[in-house]
Amino acid sequence: MAQVTMTVNGRSVSGEVEGRTLLVDFLRGNLRLTGTHVGCDTSQCGACVVHVDGKAVKACTIFALEAEGAQVGTIEGMANPDGSLGVIQQAFQDYHGLQCGFCTPGMVMSAAALLAENRRPTEAEIRAYLEGNICRCTGYHNIVRAIMAASGQDVPAVAAE
Amino acid sequence: MPKDHGIGASTKRREDVRFLTGRGNYTDDIAVAGQAHAVFVRSQVAHGRIRSVDTRVAAAMPGVLAVFTGEDFKDVGGNPAGWLIKSRDGTPMREPKRPVLAHGKVRHVGDAYAAVVAETLAQARDAAEAIVADIEELPAIVDMRAAVADASNRVHDEIPDNLCYDWGWIEDNRARVDEVIRSAPHVTTLELVNNRLVPNAMEPRASTGEYFPGTGDYKLTTTSQNPHLTRLLVAAFVLGIPENKLTVVAPDVGGGFGSKIYHYGEEALVLAAARKLGRPVRWTAERSESFLTDAHGRDHVTKIEIASTKEGEFLAFRTETLANVGAYLSNFATVTPTFLHGTLMAGNYRVPNVYVNVKTVFTNTAPVDAYRGAGRPEATYSIERCIDKLARELGMDPIAIRRKNFIQPSQFPYTTPVGLVYDTGNYDAVVDRLEEIADLAGFAARRKASEAKGLLRGLGINSYIEACGIAPSHLVGVLGARVGLYDAATVRVNATGNIQVMTGAHSHGQGHETAFAQVVADKLGVPEASVEIVHGDTSKIPFGMGSYGSRSLAVCGSAIVKSVDKIIAKGKKIAAHMLEAAEGDIVFEDGAFAVAGTDRKKTFGEIAFSAYVPHNYPLETLEPGLEETSFYDPANFTYPAGAYACEVEIDPETGKVTVCSFAAADDFGNVINPMIVEGQVHGGLGQGIGQALLENCTYDANGQLMTASYMDYAMPRADDLPFYAVDHSAQTPCTHNPLGVKGCGEAGAIGSPPAVVNAVIDALQSGGYKVAHIDMPVSPARVWAAMQG
Amino acid sequence: MYAFEIERPATVAAAAAALGHEGAQALGGGQTLIPSLKQRLASPAVLVSLTGIAEMKGVCMSDDGLLCIGAATPHAVVAAEARARYPALAHLAGHIGDPAVRNRGTIGGSLANNDPAACWPAGVLGSGATVVTNNRRIAADDFFHGMFSTALEDGEIITEVRFPIPQKAAYVKFVQPASRFALTGVFVAKFAGGVRVAVTGASETGVFRWSAAEAALSADFSAHAVEGLAVAADSMIGDLHGTPAYRAHLVKVMTKRAVTAA
Repeated sequence: MAQVTMTVNGRSVSGEVEGRTLLVDFLRGNLRLTGTHVGCDTSQCGACVVHVDGKAVKACTIFALEAEGAQVGTIEGMANPDGSLGVIQQAFQDYHGLQCGFCTPGMVMSAAALLAENRRPTEAEIRAYLEGNICRCTGYHNIVRAIMAASGQDVPAVAAE
Repeated sequence: MPKDHGIGASTKRREDVRFLTGRGNYTDDIAVAGQAHAVFVRSQVAHGRIRSVDTRVAAAMPGVLAVFTGEDFKDVGGNPAGWLIKSRDGTPMREPKRPVLAHGKVRHVGDAYAAVVAETLAQARDAAEAIVADIEELPAIVDMRAAVADASNRVHDEIPDNLCYDWGWIEDNRARVDEVIRSAPHVTTLELVNNRLVPNAMEPRASTGEYFPGTGDYKLTTTSQNPHLTRLLVAAFVLGIPENKLTVVAPDVGGGFGSKIYHYGEEALVLAAARKLGRPVRWTAERSESFLTDAHGRDHVTKIEIASTKEGEFLAFRTETLANVGAYLSNFATVTPTFLHGTLMAGNYRVPNVYVNVKTVFTNTAPVDAYRGAGRPEATYSIERCIDKLARELGMDPIAIRRKNFIQPSQFPYTTPVGLVYDTGNYDAVVDRLEEIADLAGFAARRKASEAKGLLRGLGINSYIEACGIAPSHLVGVLGARVGLYDAATVRVNATGNIQVMTGAHSHGQGHETAFAQVVADKLGVPEASVEIVHGDTSKIPFGMGSYGSRSLAVCGSAIVKSVDKIIAKGKKIAAHMLEAAEGDIVFEDGAFAVAGTDRKKTFGEIAFSAYVPHNYPLETLEPGLEETSFYDPANFTYPAGAYACEVEIDPETGKVTVCSFAAADDFGNVINPMIVEGQVHGGLGQGIGQALLENCTYDANGQLMTASYMDYAMPRADDLPFYAVDHSAQTPCTHNPLGVKGCGEAGAIGSPPAVVNAVIDALQSGGYKVAHIDMPVSPARVWAAMQG
Repeated sequence: MYAFEIERPATVAAAAAALGHEGAQALGGGQTLIPSLKQRLASPAVLVSLTGIAEMKGVCMSDDGLLCIGAATPHAVVAAEARARYPALAHLAGHIGDPAVRNRGTIGGSLANNDPAACWPAGVLGSGATVVTNNRRIAADDFFHGMFSTALEDGEIITEVRFPIPQKAAYVKFVQPASRFALTGVFVAKFAGGVRVAVTGASETGVFRWSAAEAALSADFSAHAVEGLAVAADSMIGDLHGTPAYRAHLVKVMTKRAVTAA
């Protein structure tokens, strides 16, 4: 076992982990931050996406020890300081961008990373950026709309109510 | 002006807040103090005789608490089939035992024959690897045709031809259908495969078993669409636990699509292990286990013939289908290819003669059961692909041939030749909506634009009908169901006027917590926020049958309305007493109970409070309390219908198909929350387009699953799919349930595959390629191969 | 996963020393290795992480005009920082996997693994790049030894890859619909001395140069120039997603498209 220390959602945390402990296991098991989900074992579904030093990373494909000293952001840290939904979260609710909710944390974290890189992504850019996030419920329509809305854009007429 | 609350409003979903903030409560999120971890040992071979399973080394490894094999469960019950189907000759289907852990033989790759419980997951995995099984590999039975042809090789030793049943529907139609087809002016034939799919709910299955020795109670927390059904199956049929000693909780569930209807052996194992160890035992599937062991969907091989006049009037439909059931009968595996498929084989059409034959076959593959749409996508695909071929052969427009044969509004209720009575519908009105939202008039110009880019463009049209809210119990009982198909709801008005609704439905993405509250709030004239929907816990809710088959609103919602009506009736009694008026003079409107024609009234809150502070009640005629339970058993199925249009572009150099647009016009009857309804359609379309273009569950000749991860099983991603145009304004409300609703959960998955494939064929034909059919998924490689001739 | 220790050396020398121990294995970005560890396909005693080594990170130009990419540089950084100098290579890096994979996966890890459907081998072979290790320099033409096999010796660490910059280049891939790896990907680069064409995803022998196309394109750099050519299907991969004949066909189509895009 080894000691690992990192900052998660602005709070310094540390714990005992094995070499093989994945970051997602550290978050879910040690820290009980269970909003980050595991949906596959081949690094493709994206339910586990978190931010490591500001970048979207699949928490199932990085060891906890590799995040030593890193700034880690998870879905639990995405709300506003007063507890209300952040802009992206609110857009997902407003545009019905989630159904069962299981892929949702990863979607929100990927969307946040996209908007940090690209303030006004096109529909095609959004769809391309979500290549590593699989949703089985929504057919993606309302996820794309939510991200367009969160970036302050009009959702396309074809997608209007 | 859209409504802003109650029935018909797009109320934002209340459940979203917890999901968006990481506070969802899925089974694997719940850590129970003292929990141990189970890992299953699964067969690497598709078919084999178990000579021995040596667990001695594993049992002695660090942290190991217990090891189980099939031997430990050989004397308990099997996981039963929920529906008895009879063959054409009247004999009952063959029903092999489905054990908790394989015993004697393993019958598919992934079939669990042992399990280890240890202090940690890693220890359990290590020990599982140390179990040594001597398994004599037998030839795998994979291909359905070979399975029924070769009696020497058997999935189950007692079933000589690997046939579960040979079903005819309706057998009395057979001779006449044969005769009509023999003498028809035109007959179109199509052989097609409805590709096998893996449901792939994003949350893998997970179960935690607990045992409380002080009381002898058990608790199972599990990823289920229907906790009461799971309780009945695991308690009464498998482990022999009294139902009243087992609580089943299905907390937040991350999608189901059918795959979480069924009881699985892992649930029984964690309960038995918890009992043996006196500790909670949990198991969470890895995705690779989901691929190997979740009940798969579809997998039909069908030959369909349509007889018609030269003018395109349908005279008869006849189909022969081989349906793969896999190695064991999953709970509803036998009804999916029969009563959920054959009974829909008349489609939306006035076709006087229909006969369906289905042979359901055991193979050395994972069990196959209902997956989103369940039987109805298979029926729709066969009919609508063949109609498209017929239209092409007759030189008819694909919409015109469908309109020509639609059942007309004046003909409802309409009895089909395959045993259903459609209560209502207006299929031309739906197509009118489709023509508008899909801008079909602009297709020719769009095709020109595509051709200018060197691409082939095609338009695919289809219509569909489905049957939701499978019912009524007396009918399904006659047809072989071993369950009732009612549902239940309790409406509890608390003393302070807020309301809890305990429903038998289970929400795993459908938004019941919001939509059901809209119904209750609307009926009782109270704010939606004061209504709480409680679901998923057998210790809290009445015995309900859960959510599948788009039944939640039509059946469970109707039970809620029944209870709300009883609440209002009881409220009138209380008001009559409080207002010293006759009960018959009390009216309930705008959330208050009033003496008709006067300004004397009591608010809903005053009535509720009085019910629990009944200081002067005439107890002989008026009970305290304000809580009502209802069981609702529908009079009939509901029949949503719709018409879809898909436009594709094909890159002729690579064969790649791109869906440019997809329009869906549906008739769901009345709609409670349009936002949620549209989301359900979007999701169904995503899965249907996925089936048509991407998804394919494939075993090799040795029974090895070739598509055992997302590396080879192509899930639809955001850039595979377009924005959809959806419309549900052509409404013919259901005539036999109180809300006039029909169900919307499966429509998209039912109607979209034939629209996509019809569009692909149209595009190829437009380019001069004489391709009549390509099986799904219409992958680039398959399209390219078809273009080579 | 089996149990193992993780070491995070700060220098190439320390990493090389760590990799000298029995059972040690290098860990790049882990985007391929970690999934295979989950399947218990490998059982290292120690994983030596290379992502904390500053001297192995970054994108720069050498004095002799080569684009130098540190082996531990994630694809996303290459995509951003190579865009001005070598846009075709940046495009390749920017379309590997998905955004989260690109934030972790590294060029060195990809090359050492040499997956027959990976993109980087096409970019390196197509560019005629040089793979620099802690011991030596290996020409791209000598580096790739077939599927999952390279010229690397045990414990040898790729530290940098040096790319000559062509006059024109493009990478076009046709993706396998499930994994999104290349079903067939073609990298075309036009240098003063001739054209290189490297193909990934298609062949059972891993990335390869299509020499007939190189000759034709060196004479006439146009899509038309490869029209009359054909790749033999017999060494192509055949699987669920495409037959050998289909892949052979795609090699030509993707080559033409890459020439047009260059």
